[in-house]
Amino acid sequence: MVNIKRQEERFFKALMIISAVFIMSILLYITGTIIYKGLPSLTWDMILKLPGGGFYLGKEGGVLNAIVGSVYIILGSLIISTFLSVPLVMYINFYLPKNSVFANVIRFSFDILFGVPSIVYGAFGFALMVYLGIRASLLGGILTVAMLILPIMMRSFDEVTRLLSRDLPDALLSLGSTKYEMIKVIIRQLMPGLVTAILLAVGRGIGDAATVLFTAGYTDNIPSALNQPAATLPLSIFFQLGSPVEEVQNRAYASAIILTIIILILSFSARYFSSKYSKDKI
Amino acid sequence: MAESPGNSYQDSYVVSPLKKIASNQSINVENLDVFIGDQHILKDINLDIPEKSITCIIGPSGCGKSTFLKTLNRMHDETPEVKIKGKVYVDDENIYSSKVNVIDIRKKMGLLAQRPCPLPMSIFDNVAYGPRIHGLTKRKAINQTVIQYLQYVGLWDEVRGRVRTPATRLSIGQQQRLCLARGLAIEPEYILGDEATSALDPISTKKIEELFLKLKEKYTIILVTHTLRQAKRIADYIVFMYMGEIIENGQTDEFFNHPKNQLTKDYLTGSFS
Amino acid sequence: MNYIRAIKDKSARHIMLGIAIFSILLLLIIGMSLFLKALPIMKEKSIWTLLTSGNWKPFKGDFGFLPFIISTLYVSLIAITIALPLSLLTSIYLSTYASKSIQKVFEPVIDLLSGIPPVIYGVWGTLTIVPLIANKIASRFVEYSSGYTVLAGGLVLAIMILPLMISILVEVFRSIPREMTDASLSLGATKWQTVKKVILRKSFPGIVAAMVLSISRAFGETIAVLMVCGNITQIPHSLFDACYPLPALIANNYGEMLSMPSYESALMFAAFLLFVIIVAFNAISRLTLIQIEKRYHI
Repeated sequence: MVNIKRQEERFFKALMIISAVFIMSILLYITGTIIYKGLPSLTWDMILKLPGGGFYLGKEGGVLNAIVGSVYIILGSLIISTFLSVPLVMYINFYLPKNSVFANVIRFSFDILFGVPSIVYGAFGFALMVYLGIRASLLGGILTVAMLILPIMMRSFDEVTRLLSRDLPDALLSLGSTKYEMIKVIIRQLMPGLVTAILLAVGRGIGDAATVLFTAGYTDNIPSALNQPAATLPLSIFFQLGSPVEEVQNRAYASAIILTIIILILSFSARYFSSKYSKDKI
Repeated sequence: MAESPGNSYQDSYVVSPLKKIASNQSINVENLDVFIGDQHILKDINLDIPEKSITCIIGPSGCGKSTFLKTLNRMHDETPEVKIKGKVYVDDENIYSSKVNVIDIRKKMGLLAQRPCPLPMSIFDNVAYGPRIHGLTKRKAINQTVIQYLQYVGLWDEVRGRVRTPATRLSIGQQQRLCLARGLAIEPEYILGDEATSALDPISTKKIEELFLKLKEKYTIILVTHTLRQAKRIADYIVFMYMGEIIENGQTDEFFNHPKNQLTKDYLTGSFS
Repeated sequence: MNYIRAIKDKSARHIMLGIAIFSILLLLIIGMSLFLKALPIMKEKSIWTLLTSGNWKPFKGDFGFLPFIISTLYVSLIAITIALPLSLLTSIYLSTYASKSIQKVFEPVIDLLSGIPPVIYGVWGTLTIVPLIANKIASRFVEYSSGYTVLAGGLVLAIMILPLMISILVEVFRSIPREMTDASLSLGATKWQTVKKVILRKSFPGIVAAMVLSISRAFGETIAVLMVCGNITQIPHSLFDACYPLPALIANNYGEMLSMPSYESALMFAAFLLFVIIVAFNAISRLTLIQIEKRYHI
């Protein structure tokens, strides 16, 4: 009887180790492939130059248009998303009673929004733009990506705020502060959590292609106004891959490296900030 | 040395009222040193625990009482930073020797933790957990065991209608008695209590203390306790620890009325706690 | 109290309430808009025809979504079947069995994987998975396969959702109070028994949440699958057939949207369909979870 149990344990332990090793190898394989294919084509030109005419057929240039476009879009969406999530999270956590139905409904609808596929946001964004009379442009991209990252930011920031001990807010209120004044002080405590939420949201938003596919357009230039189309890194990679010229395909891998590095910096900073936050917590 | 768990369970409930008659019980600790990382937590502990009685370990917070208790059922195996040197003989066998199976050791020790921790299952399943993992499968035997031990700790009348409901719905005092029933159900020889009543109200505390007094007829009980009063009430032997060392130990009356060590005297008079 | 302070407080409260109401409305607005945009085609053909017909000839006016629906389900099913056991096993290992040094190595690796944008998984898929299937695997089962298949889509998706699932699951397992696992161990249970009977039980809601999240992601992932699935309108009958999931349909054809009003409406219907599936899925699993928690009071 004992032997069967022991064998069962050994079997599953072996299975576990195999899975872990397998996953590790897949990751290394993916990273390795991309680096191997892309590193040779990763030049300063790629980062600093705009695509020349015929870039997609092999002529010179770089992906600066996409880098800047992505950055512009994500910055714009961040501003919108932050201005919406922060008050929302503060409201749910400090103005509504604990376990209020309203708060639960909000959290639940954001859970659903969190799971809505990015292509659906893209489609809705497109419909919205048609309704508002906006063309495929920087503005369209910003609005759509803002919708995508809003639930991500809100969720992450909400989790962090929920963990905050109530001692400080209670102390402030009993000193006679209004809730608004109390929140202004609390925000400082929650800063690292907010930064984490931002970094997470940016990481997701900058790498997503489906949201910007119909809404931001594409161009070889850097947009100078909100109503101009903007290129984005994911789309740039996709288009370069579609080229029949092998050199262009290799450049696609190089662009992929650029995108991945940006996102990695973001996610490692997010992890760094969130651990710093939990260390400082009382 | 370990009997096959399957057989003894299926038969034992029929034969003995509560517990099979135990052989000689003994715990002998020899030159025990425990390090957590770089810190030397327990220093050269030498101790013989008398059988079938209640031994209380007292001392100020942080003196190593809980650490010591955990060495008895090898719970430190779960924390890699802990290094243990020395020998702990339970029933004349060194439990830290490589030949020994840790599961068998833990089966001999019933541990009652400070905060009751019911498992995420019904009251019934909590008590049945131990017997089941050690191989008991017959439904009738399991039923008998569970009812028997719930009766023993005085919970049966309080929960009989709702034994299949989640254990988390019990009050904290009831939960601690449930954990005691759960620990007894594996039919240990020794009961270890790590400040088992400190989270409870006075009435629940009294009930648990009465149970310990009942249990010492058949089990060797080692309790870490935070309050001198509890030690005075129920202990047969006292061990006083300070900063990882045993300062003094002896029979309760002797210890409280004629302490030999100056440190002990200071502690008893409340100069520090 | 000062008048100005009161005004500031009150206006802050009103603004926040407005934002809160807006955010609940957001979900409704999205749903409504997609529905309205999809309405024309729903009026033209019955919903039944839309969902079950395999005829997709937009320029003739036939809009049967069945091939796309089946493709989406098929690919997601493969992905989950592969990813769920793998991620459960790995996360149990990482949280319960692995030493600290192994954990320290794995964590950044998982972070790395989850940070890689989908388009790169698509790239990698075309580089490695597609040829692998075309040359090595398919030959054992079918005569010919281009490699751009359901299997390729499923594999790429599985690898994509693995890091997400693992990081959620590891957190869930780690949040189980130490006292509970200690209680089980001190009763003489082995680690594996503790995992089976205590850890998995206690973390069941978390596991379900992780699954729901990952399945939602799998359903809706567009670019990575698009690059490896073949994009051929047909009902895939085997793993080695090409397929055409709903997100890929929308992404590939948005250019055509403006050419015909019913085409646009059809694509919006596809988006609406995805939306409804996700909302329903989330709602059902949440409600089920609440019921289970009530019954077992985990």
